[in-house]
Amino acid sequence: MLDAIGVGSLQEIFDRQIPEAVRLDRALDLPQGQPEQDVYEHLRDLAARNVSSEDELSFLGAGMYDHYVPALIDMLMERSEFLTPYTPYQPEISQGGLQVMFEYQTAICELTDLAVSNASVYEGPSAVAAAGYLAKLHSGGSRFVVSAGLHPHTIGTLRTLAHGYGMDVVEVPLRDGVTDPDGWAQAIDADTSAAIFAQPNFYGAVEDAEALSAAAKAASPERPPVVIAQVDAIALGILKPPGACGVDVAVGEGQPLGNRLDFGGPSFGFFAAREEYLRRMPGRIAGETLDVDGRRGFVLTLQTREQHIRREKATSNICTAQALNALAGVVYLTWLGRRGIVELGELLLARTHYARERLAGLDGVEKLHEQPVVREFALRLDADVAAVKRRCAEQGVNPGVDVHALTGRPEDEGVMLVAITERRSRADIDRLVEVLGEAIAAERATPAERLKAAETAVPA
Amino acid sequence: MSANSTTEMPLQRQRATTIFQKGAPGRRAFLCPDLDVPAVDPHALLPERFRRAEPPRLPEVSEPEIVRHYVGISKRNFDLDSGFYPLGSCTMKHNPRLHERAAALPGHARLHPLQDPERSQGALELMWNLQEALAEISGLPHVSLQPSAGSHGELAGVLLTRAYHEDRGETRHKVLTPDTAHGTNPATVTMAGLEVVKVATNADGGVDIDDLRAKADEDVACLMLTNPNTLGLFDPNIAEIAEIVHGVGATLYYDGANLNAVMGISRPGDMGFDIVHFNLHKSFTQPHGGGGPGSGPIAVSERVAPFLPVPVVSKREAAEPTGRERVVADRAPTFDLDYGSGRVGSKTIGRLRGFHGNYGCFVRSYAYIRSLGADGLKDASEVAVLNANYLLALLKRKGVAEYLPLAYGELCLHEFVLSGGPMKRDLEIKTLDLAKRLLDFGFHPPTVYFPLLVEEALMVEPTETETKETLDAFADAIAAILAEAVEDPEIARNAPYTTPVRRLDEVTAAKRPIIRQAL
Repeated sequence: MLDAIGVGSLQEIFDRQIPEAVRLDRALDLPQGQPEQDVYEHLRDLAARNVSSEDELSFLGAGMYDHYVPALIDMLMERSEFLTPYTPYQPEISQGGLQVMFEYQTAICELTDLAVSNASVYEGPSAVAAAGYLAKLHSGGSRFVVSAGLHPHTIGTLRTLAHGYGMDVVEVPLRDGVTDPDGWAQAIDADTSAAIFAQPNFYGAVEDAEALSAAAKAASPERPPVVIAQVDAIALGILKPPGACGVDVAVGEGQPLGNRLDFGGPSFGFFAAREEYLRRMPGRIAGETLDVDGRRGFVLTLQTREQHIRREKATSNICTAQALNALAGVVYLTWLGRRGIVELGELLLARTHYARERLAGLDGVEKLHEQPVVREFALRLDADVAAVKRRCAEQGVNPGVDVHALTGRPEDEGVMLVAITERRSRADIDRLVEVLGEAIAAERATPAERLKAAETAVPA
Repeated sequence: MSANSTTEMPLQRQRATTIFQKGAPGRRAFLCPDLDVPAVDPHALLPERFRRAEPPRLPEVSEPEIVRHYVGISKRNFDLDSGFYPLGSCTMKHNPRLHERAAALPGHARLHPLQDPERSQGALELMWNLQEALAEISGLPHVSLQPSAGSHGELAGVLLTRAYHEDRGETRHKVLTPDTAHGTNPATVTMAGLEVVKVATNADGGVDIDDLRAKADEDVACLMLTNPNTLGLFDPNIAEIAEIVHGVGATLYYDGANLNAVMGISRPGDMGFDIVHFNLHKSFTQPHGGGGPGSGPIAVSERVAPFLPVPVVSKREAAEPTGRERVVADRAPTFDLDYGSGRVGSKTIGRLRGFHGNYGCFVRSYAYIRSLGADGLKDASEVAVLNANYLLALLKRKGVAEYLPLAYGELCLHEFVLSGGPMKRDLEIKTLDLAKRLLDFGFHPPTVYFPLLVEEALMVEPTETETKETLDAFADAIAAILAEAVEDPEIARNAPYTTPVRRLDEVTAAKRPIIRQAL
């Protein structure tokens, strides 16, 4: 090969191109390579030091949920034909991937009752920020009005990116567990690019999405804001879809749809909108067309929005979508099917109600709010949440998310978020009630600080 | 050679039918678990006004139908496991299956992102180790794994630059990018609220130093550069470029798309860069998934470290045992999620997404780095460069080079760019035609029409995981297509012939978009 190139050595290729001053004159300080089985064992040992949802009875949620992922999804995601190609730049040999995108878009449009969907974006919170950018391009303005019921990571992400494109973020507080309607209406004016809320909100409450959308438009009828909802896809089996609630752009986290927890990623973000926003959508979009022989086919379309054509005038900088995760999403929705997604929603609704009532009956526990909930709810504990969680962990139960640790809001001290999936049976919920009840009782009797002091006093 | 004598590809050619056009009412795959809690009127739990009127019109199909449908359409995809995929700038290297097995372990795959740090020590250690490895490979000390893809890492980088200048009380508006830059660079700059200023390319394919000097002023926040650049060429003036950029107080941003050329050979930090993004789905072999997921960690210099997105993973060495603790563990270090308690992240730009980044991708790339080690990574880059130069040499043969000359330089690093200009003029076939004809030969074409400054560009990146035999066969295919075009250019102009569909009407698709199945 060197002869063909016309050099005496491999080194010569580098010597002729890379100045010596910027060449690394030593080996990288990394461990030496290992055989496959050793690497596997190392990664297995690391995995064993994590407590996964398989190792404990987990009620963690707050954006990602331990739903059952059917085996056929594993099989399809591992197929070389889906796993290993790049973005379908050559449509003639990428019809499989393009058709998956087209089907995915159809499923998301159905779920959200909106006319258009892209082929996926990175994940939930950054999808909201991307929707904000769409709103800025569409309606100008200088502010986003956001409900405090959005996930704290969503608000954080939006603030980071909004600072970049020069927008302010104004937060509207909650009242009785949902977005305060008066504060909402007052905050929105002609300078508001977008009004953004979550459905259900971070604390589990079902918002009156229709009222929020209508109020947002009414607050500035001349220059109405783009109404953006971050929605829970699983709940949409039974919840009124955003398209029927006056929402303009619906986005959300795709993980609950057939994707693993994976310690937070990769998953996908879905992004759907009313027809009028089609040409301002970020990311890839698959479209149907015909080939020269009149055969039905699919292509990436409306690419003049995109960075590789429009460069600095693009509607977003997104290049990589989440095609493989979106595949899992559409296969999951197909697997659930038209009736299954409703049955699943009703099951979650019933079990969540059961869990909420039973837990709220414990001493030292009360509901944070009385609003309807679908699959997750917030409780206020009369005890330190972290300490209670530690006690539950000793019993193999992870009772939920410590909300204050996530939001940092003073009013969230003592608040815990409990999520229910179809994997958590009545018996599991009963076990949670028992263990949480004991933990709170013990913690109220002997707060953690005193316990810790007592422990450290014991000689080794 | 006639169009009829080409190899038949094993891709299915029947008419496309979507899953929404299949099935029948009542069919299903999912069996819902029984209602095991006391029945309550569902409308009491969720009032009618919040309820969906009609179920979403999702398919009604059985599991065998789902499997057959998706396996069927999968066969209408070309993929890296089936053939050569020399897509320039995308680093389509083999994806070892160990990585899939490791990532699927329940301790990784079913770990909730809000699991307490003390109960996710394995994951945090893995992230720490990956941070450390990426810092060493880039020569920059501090790493955030959070960005979801290359363009997301770029956005992080430009926001970091902005924050760095703002912290010094400066508002700078301009970002310099070479005219060879990837489209994500300018798009990112706009999203970060700054303005793009293009820098010209010199006759050797590098940054035009005079133009850079003319444009580098106190209003420049940053220069975004890929090195080796999108022509596959290492800019020999990098030290001078860094001096000019730093001289006006700006930062230097390294687009890591082409890192596969220089792992263990040359480090962006040593070249003078302040911020680097990695594409774990390129250099570190996270499978591309048909267009994602990716992962785009960033590494930064000390002066930019305070602004990093949070959380980052921190490590605490075990304290000396005091003798009073009940359990003296094996004195292993502990790992935590750090929100800027120290210098790193103390003036953070905030977060860029939910949770901690694409952990599943971290597992795969970490497995790759452990498998290859220091020597293996360097070896990978060396072979990538060897393969690219070998293929380039093969394409300098008679019958090819006169139609497809190398656009710049003589040698290349991991990829090279040919110009199809002479081919278009002399044979009257365009780069697009050549690409489409390659499909009939069973190859994925190189990247076409990029970079923009090369006429009829063809950008070839073979990667280190291809054999000499594959490279020989690809060069022969290019030669055969050109020889065929000398006889009859119509063959290439109407290609492909053997694919699931032939050339598609993209104009109508964009003019009257149909982006979902009519139901």
